[in-house]
Amino acid sequence: MHHRPAVEIKGLFYAYPDGTPALRGVDLLVDEGESVGIVGPNGAGKSTLLLHLNGILQGRGEVKIFGLPVVKENLREIRRRVGLVFQDPDDQLFSPTVFDDVAFGPMNMGLSREEVVEAVKRALGVVGLTGLDRKSAFHLSFGQKKRAAIATVLSMNPDLLVLDEPSSNLDPRARRELSELLQGMKVTKIVVTHDLPFVFENCERVVVMDEGRVVADGEVFSVLSDEDLLERHGLELPYGFYPIRGENGSAAKGRKERKKVEEDTAGDI
Amino acid sequence: MKHAFLDEYSGLESPVHRLDPRAKLVGLVALIVVCVTTPPNLYTAFAAYLGLEVSLILLSRLPWRHVLKRLFIVLPFILVVAAFIPFFSRGGGSYNLGPVRVSAHGLLVLWNVAVKSTVSVLAVIILSSTTPFPDLLRGMEKLKAPRLFTSLLSFTYRYVFVLVDEAQRMRRARDSRGWSGRWLWQAKVIGHMIATLFLRSYERGERVYAAMLARGYGGEVRTLYLYEFGPLEIGFTVLVTLFPVTARLLS
Repeated sequence: MHHRPAVEIKGLFYAYPDGTPALRGVDLLVDEGESVGIVGPNGAGKSTLLLHLNGILQGRGEVKIFGLPVVKENLREIRRRVGLVFQDPDDQLFSPTVFDDVAFGPMNMGLSREEVVEAVKRALGVVGLTGLDRKSAFHLSFGQKKRAAIATVLSMNPDLLVLDEPSSNLDPRARRELSELLQGMKVTKIVVTHDLPFVFENCERVVVMDEGRVVADGEVFSVLSDEDLLERHGLELPYGFYPIRGENGSAAKGRKERKKVEEDTAGDI
Repeated sequence: MKHAFLDEYSGLESPVHRLDPRAKLVGLVALIVVCVTTPPNLYTAFAAYLGLEVSLILLSRLPWRHVLKRLFIVLPFILVVAAFIPFFSRGGGSYNLGPVRVSAHGLLVLWNVAVKSTVSVLAVIILSSTTPFPDLLRGMEKLKAPRLFTSLLSFTYRYVFVLVDEAQRMRRARDSRGWSGRWLWQAKVIGHMIATLFLRSYERGERVYAAMLARGYGGEVRTLYLYEFGPLEIGFTVLVTLFPVTARLLS
């Protein structure tokens, strides 16, 4: 069973250079193989927290990734193991071609030419962008850009995938494709989002943040069904969206299972 | 939004497109250097240069429309300056065109400017239309061009249209709120827009840098070079360099 921690954060404080506090004592433990959603209102410190997971920002407190403290000597190894996907794919895709972007990480890891080409091919295959490698990111659709951004970290073979607002601005089909892509990947995942249905679909556990602290942490269904909790922290489920418990006790995943549960319980109501 | 890219048609399939960018860079730059140092009265040499370029264009299957369009974008700037020289220059013989006197020396200067700029611009068109811009930059890096310079160009190539789109969206948002641009005090708005654009670019720069760090960036952009300098490349470079040199020596 997975019980080795992927992420251990204890008492993390961080203030931006202008003095604005962003994190005020965050504790978080994520085990290997888990899929965790982080939700909270704007300015809760979610994205700031993500930037601590691979040492882009370093605050006061303890952060360990796969047992390695986030300090200068470990950054190389940590950045290989943590794949951080930024919210705006135009920030992540900075090279003149998609190939160069997906190859950027593996090249920095010092892989050989053949290994780089192979890693790029595999990553583009996983996200379904095979054949677009010579294109400029500028010519891709938004959904393709999002998937290309994910490929740029998949090529580094990360053990922890961290996504900032993966579903924002996607049309329903691209959102569905992304969701299926994520569910097919068996690495530890941390997803920051405002899209609560997306959390229901892709995560077993959810962490609610507000004002730089973790205010709730638990199984998706029980946390996100707590309307008072959501309301206190400026969150709400979309109008007309009512979570249903699935067969294994957690939230029903996907339309098919939801429909099945609805049919099974139809007689009881 | 759709933009005309610098390296339009660089995705075509042809022997010229397949060449290592280094061969094209060295060969075509050599052609330009030989051309601009040729005395203007060696007419056969210039015919040879143009002939070489025409054969390269035919070989690369570039549409003529595209080549001429590019040529006519650049040439007028040069020619407008040179067009008046025959009328004002003194020296050499002169011809009378009705009331206007045209100096023979001036005509030679005009011919000199016109033919040399045509040959040079054509060489650059061939280079940029048969080589994807990123590959051209890699080629320059391989030829020891400073990394700072090529990285700068590479980021420009990637983000210039992102920026253009951003400016376009700002303009639409501005005009949607009834901005007419008719009054002097409205000029301030343009200043604000430029400042906003600058700030956004600055912030994007920071985010891009974070994204680079996140993937193990350590101060050096490493890239893969997918071309090889084989016999074809050697042949091309030698031909494109030696042919004009020979033509010049013989004429």
